[in-house]
Amino acid sequence: MNPAIRINDIHKKFGSLHALKGIDLTIEQGEFFALLGPNGAGKSTLISILAGLIKPTAGDISVMGFDVVNQYQQARQLLGVVPQELVFDPFFNVREMLRFQAGYFGRGKENDAWVDEILEGLGLTDKANTNMRKLSGGMKRRALIAQALAHKPAVIVLDEPTAGVDVELRQMLWQFIKKLNIEGHTIILTTHYLEEAEALCSRVGMMKQGEIVALDSTANLLNKFAGKKLRLTLGGITLPASLQSLLRSQENGIFTFALSDMEQIEFVLSALRAAHIKVLDMHLSEADLEDVFLSLVGKTS
Amino acid sequence: MNNAKVSNSANISTSFSGAGFKGAGFRGPWTLLKKELLRFWRVAFQTVAAPVITALLYLLIFAHVLAGHVQVYNGVPYTEFLIPGLIMMSVLQNAFANSSSSLIQSKVMGNLVFVLLTPLTHFQFFVAFLCAAIIRGLVVGLCIYLVAMWFVDIHIANPLLVFAFALLGSALLGTFGIIAGIWADRFDQMAAFQNFIIMPLSFLSGVFYSIHSLPPFWQKLSQLNPFFYMIDGFRYGFFGKGDVSPLTSLCIVGVSLLVLALITLKMLKSGYKLRA
Repeated sequence: MNPAIRINDIHKKFGSLHALKGIDLTIEQGEFFALLGPNGAGKSTLISILAGLIKPTAGDISVMGFDVVNQYQQARQLLGVVPQELVFDPFFNVREMLRFQAGYFGRGKENDAWVDEILEGLGLTDKANTNMRKLSGGMKRRALIAQALAHKPAVIVLDEPTAGVDVELRQMLWQFIKKLNIEGHTIILTTHYLEEAEALCSRVGMMKQGEIVALDSTANLLNKFAGKKLRLTLGGITLPASLQSLLRSQENGIFTFALSDMEQIEFVLSALRAAHIKVLDMHLSEADLEDVFLSLVGKTS
Repeated sequence: MNNAKVSNSANISTSFSGAGFKGAGFRGPWTLLKKELLRFWRVAFQTVAAPVITALLYLLIFAHVLAGHVQVYNGVPYTEFLIPGLIMMSVLQNAFANSSSSLIQSKVMGNLVFVLLTPLTHFQFFVAFLCAAIIRGLVVGLCIYLVAMWFVDIHIANPLLVFAFALLGSALLGTFGIIAGIWADRFDQMAAFQNFIIMPLSFLSGVFYSIHSLPPFWQKLSQLNPFFYMIDGFRYGFFGKGDVSPLTSLCIVGVSLLVLALITLKMLKSGYKLRA
């Protein structure tokens, strides 16, 4: 079985800017994959190459085994991309746009049931006959997502679909996308909301300055990089120098440490004991993707 | 759950394997054409009615002012002479306006991405935009003709020639509109195309006069203007006479169309300004 996406040593240069520095990535069919990274990491450039909107300087990408340059027709037929920008065609209503979009991919009336399903799944049914211009920002975002799904692509790429979107839509969107994933569609998501990636995605890739700096299952990443978070209420004290390297944040006498393993708890506590600092309260929790993200990409960005 | 997921993904992979895929077929480009047609039809007041009114104003004013002052062909009254020229000028300008404005709007609005993400080939893209431009040009031309019939008795000597020039002319300007739409990044650049190329060429093409009434130098210069051949050939179809042979005009227009079409296809294939 071909992987949903195979990215092979992709480079992209914009003049002197080396935006992508040899990306290798394979995403299997049926995966729910998150691509994370700060602004300017190269996520959108990578997605644009995947979608055929930008040409790579070197390397190749295939979708379900079809090269996105040499076999672009097959590759694009299998791919649905939600653009990041909130773009729309002011001449048409939602249903017309969806029918056109499906039509470009060779789908006709037989696709109408699927269009209805998308409209319902994204809460657009009562806006189906509304002109795109008259939709609110959130509704435009839904229509944008609907357009990418109109031809029922096997691989769905969502480039920051929830940026500036209310909670209700986010939940509705994820419910629908999860359903599509269970039905076998491969989902690739870029997002700034790390809790979304953590809740939804089985595997995560993190990008920084045009490179992939971490690629693993969400669970492994959480274990490997951040381990535990130890939050201690210590009051207005001066922290011993030996603990500074573990300190993640400090606010109102509450100190948060990032620990890679349990043994470090003993180290922290003994250092505090030696400095005669009293622990007023203690809270130990699992690290989240945000901690992983910060430890990998946050420090220099 | 896991098993269900595996079997489902197997389903998708067989139904979406892409095996035997033959592109978006006929329906893909047809949909794009339909969208382009609806786009101008939705605002027909601006895209069809307005140019018809403009042409009629030209007709009323110029016919009134110049009739009797300008000598055109022997035995052809000036008003009758003017009508085919005005029709063709509107056909050409509207064919250009259709493809160029659609492309620049989609580029500025960003919604061209919806077409760029599809399996449509560069040739299908070209044909869809071209046909929409031709149809807009022909619809405007036909409307002007029908309205002008109320005022003047118009006789067509060779309908086939009229249709051939209208078709080739609108195709040529539709193609030029695609080039302009791809090249321009902003509305003011597009306006420059309109004001500095399309308008001068169409006004200096013999719409309002026969170039035989011009001094030799301006006659020669007019003969370098491709618009002249489109207007003259089109007019030949009405009266059975013109400034040059319709065959010459047909060849010049045909070759120009071929050259521009090849340039456009090359631009589209390379992704010039559309795919970075």
